[in-house]
Amino acid sequence: MPTIQFRLNGASTAVDADPDQTLLDVLRGQLGVTSTHFGCGAGECGACYVMVGDRAMASCDMPMWSIADKDVVTVEGLGTVGAPHPLQRAFIAEQAMQCGYCVSGILISAAALLKRNPSPTEAEVRAALDRNLCRCGSHNRMVRAVLRAAAEMAAS
Amino acid sequence: MSTSSPAPKLPVSLVANPKLSSWVRFTDDGRVAISPGKVEIGQGIVTALAQIAADELDVEIGTIEMIRASTAISPNEGVTSGSLSVQQSGRALRQVCAEVRQRFLAVASERLGVDASQLDIDDGTISGPGNVRTSYWELMGEVSLDHDATAGPTAKGVARRTIAGHSVQRVDIPDKVFARPRFIHDFALPGLVHGRVLRPDLSGARLIALDEEAARTVPGLLAIVRDGGFAGVIADNEAAAEAALKALRKGATWSAGEPLPDEDDLAGFLKSQPVETTIIDTRMAGTACNPTQTLRRQYTRPYIAHASIAPSCAVAQWDGDRVHVWTHSQGVYLLRADLAIVLALPEDPIVVEHIEGAGCYGHNAADDVALDAVLLAKAASGRPVRVQWSRHDEMSHAPFGAAMAVEVEADLDADHEIVGWRHAIWSNGHVARPGRAAQPALLAASEIANPYPRMISTNPPAANGGGGDRNSVPLYDFPAWTITSHRLLTMPVRTSALRTLGGQGNVFAIESLLDEIAGLRGEDPIAFRLRHLRDERARDVISAAARRAGWKPQKQAGIGHGVGFARYKNTGAYCAAIAEIEGTNDIRVKRLTLAVDVGEAINPDGITNQIEGGAIQATSWVLKERVRFDRSRIISTSWTDYPILTFSEVPAVDVEIIQRPEIEPVGAGEAAHGPVTAAIANAVYDCLGVRVRDLPITRDRIVAAMERAP
Repeated sequence: MPTIQFRLNGASTAVDADPDQTLLDVLRGQLGVTSTHFGCGAGECGACYVMVGDRAMASCDMPMWSIADKDVVTVEGLGTVGAPHPLQRAFIAEQAMQCGYCVSGILISAAALLKRNPSPTEAEVRAALDRNLCRCGSHNRMVRAVLRAAAEMAAS
Repeated sequence: MSTSSPAPKLPVSLVANPKLSSWVRFTDDGRVAISPGKVEIGQGIVTALAQIAADELDVEIGTIEMIRASTAISPNEGVTSGSLSVQQSGRALRQVCAEVRQRFLAVASERLGVDASQLDIDDGTISGPGNVRTSYWELMGEVSLDHDATAGPTAKGVARRTIAGHSVQRVDIPDKVFARPRFIHDFALPGLVHGRVLRPDLSGARLIALDEEAARTVPGLLAIVRDGGFAGVIADNEAAAEAALKALRKGATWSAGEPLPDEDDLAGFLKSQPVETTIIDTRMAGTACNPTQTLRRQYTRPYIAHASIAPSCAVAQWDGDRVHVWTHSQGVYLLRADLAIVLALPEDPIVVEHIEGAGCYGHNAADDVALDAVLLAKAASGRPVRVQWSRHDEMSHAPFGAAMAVEVEADLDADHEIVGWRHAIWSNGHVARPGRAAQPALLAASEIANPYPRMISTNPPAANGGGGDRNSVPLYDFPAWTITSHRLLTMPVRTSALRTLGGQGNVFAIESLLDEIAGLRGEDPIAFRLRHLRDERARDVISAAARRAGWKPQKQAGIGHGVGFARYKNTGAYCAAIAEIEGTNDIRVKRLTLAVDVGEAINPDGITNQIEGGAIQATSWVLKERVRFDRSRIISTSWTDYPILTFSEVPAVDVEIIQRPEIEPVGAGEAAHGPVTAAIANAVYDCLGVRVRDLPITRDRIVAAMERAP
């Protein structure tokens, strides 16, 4: 099996993987990165989103060959309890979830949005999260959390 | 004087599980372990229960450690459903903690030589005058909690509660934001292997032959398991399990299956099946009334999928003839009972432990996948087997919320006042949960070599809120009514409990027709409702929602407003909803304003979150959701075929909680669905002048209703 190199949460990573294997499989399997969740396996729900460059993308149908030499970020790479990403702080402050299964994908979509557009409008936040599904109905709290994080980032 | 007040009663969960130590333990590391029988299903219950315990024990909420429910250690509280967890578990914990506190204070009083009434507790430190002090943890060796709870000690009065009744941050959220594994999907065990189960596309088809040859060649395959019509694979990684399953599917031969009803004529199907008929309630008019006309309306709702974002998942591990199961089931003891039947084992060697799954809105496939894991793990030589369903199977093999046809007849007098009311429901039963019958309710039990018949859903008794008939008895003061429930005795589409059971359909029907009658009278629909309600709490939520929404806003072209009200189960939370919609091409719900009364709101922000979530989920049901099928298979097996509301379609939601700290709390998770459904439907009429009586309210349905309208 070929070795595929990429950067995962800032660290050089090399895995021996079938080039057609999905990134989600490799993350959750070989690499033990479990924030990235399986939801549908068809790129329709957003639970498995990772950030590649400044784009949130489904990892469940992303073949390993396509991420060679790319920068991949998961929630593990956003921040830590000691040094949280503003989005992580904001999601706690807004209590922006019910079950939370979709949240890792939504944090990634939001982080990618804030990278591209540091001060989005509410409509822009909703549009950016439109490919992420939430079944519990926590959408409005999440939108508020993203706007709160953007405001905090602008102020700092 | 020989009059005595009736003996105080223990909460139901305490009657079943009286031992104090089964609920509360002080740990060597200075914490308090609280062990409820109810489980976290995304509703924040664990936090609300921690608040109640912290308050009664006078410890910080951070000192509390909430223990996951397990048949090995937890009180048996049945199932986490029906918005009953705060009512049952919360009441029990409050009573238990009050007694634990009293027992510690008695011992502390002896030890410190200070009257118990002079002692204070602050984060578990017990102190009194003269700077004497001790703590729960210093005394825990002297205070046995191996006693049965008594009804004697009384919990704190409302005014002395400092945690319950206030918004606190949920205890589970930091893990979920910082990617610390908390879901069963992320649960790691040494030696974990992966399983997948082969299920038919054709509804009701049985596996009759299986060519395993191609699957055997898949690298990483550990075993192919076959037990009659049940078949699955185990592999050392997920991709291999998927590949082996794919190969196995190609070698499968299925029976023809069983026909499905006509999805475009659900009412025709529901009303043509053999049924069991129950008169739910009747009220006879005191005086003769002479109707001058009768309105007859039929309302339907489709089958609705749970459609949780995660597919169901479980882990099982055998050790000799003992098996340990990790599950996101709503009822660990109930699941264990069904597993024992299928495995022909006593319950003792089966341990069922809860681990969180994604949002749970009722009886989904959590229990089914647990049996799948147990059956596959038999072939894993003692290694733990994790089984995860596919999205496709989650959307086609998990139970659905039952379709309903509701026929309401209202007799009106010459002033269009209601003088008679008949409400009849045709629906499958709304519950086929495990652990309650002599036969198992689990999917694989109907597939194995000696299969059990598929359980036909039934309805809980009216005393427990009913099933298809839930919320069918009006809270309004109509002079006469007859409420009838027809439960289907056939079940071509598998149904079981989904949020509100029949409540959503019944509230939709009642509140839609009320709106229509108010319109006939030329009376404001809110004034009309208030005039027919005696219950102050009901009137208060309607008035509060109306005030908050500025009822009734001036009529604008293309905008509609509607109201809906219900008290969930007629005994639970009161909720009124006002919808503002925009109806040009498609219906867009712009804003929902709700007022809710759950009695004592333990965690007000948690209640708001539940009501917001219920309102948004109901909006999704009303505007978009409908399980699709042809005559042989479920075809809405992906998010494309079963769309739900997206971020840009979600309305603004504004919630007012009417706090009543002196009234026992009830749950909030299902309160909003019925009222929101009716409010949207009534707003559609307000906007477009057409009554849509078949859910979901899509463009096609609106056009059809317009064509039918005179």
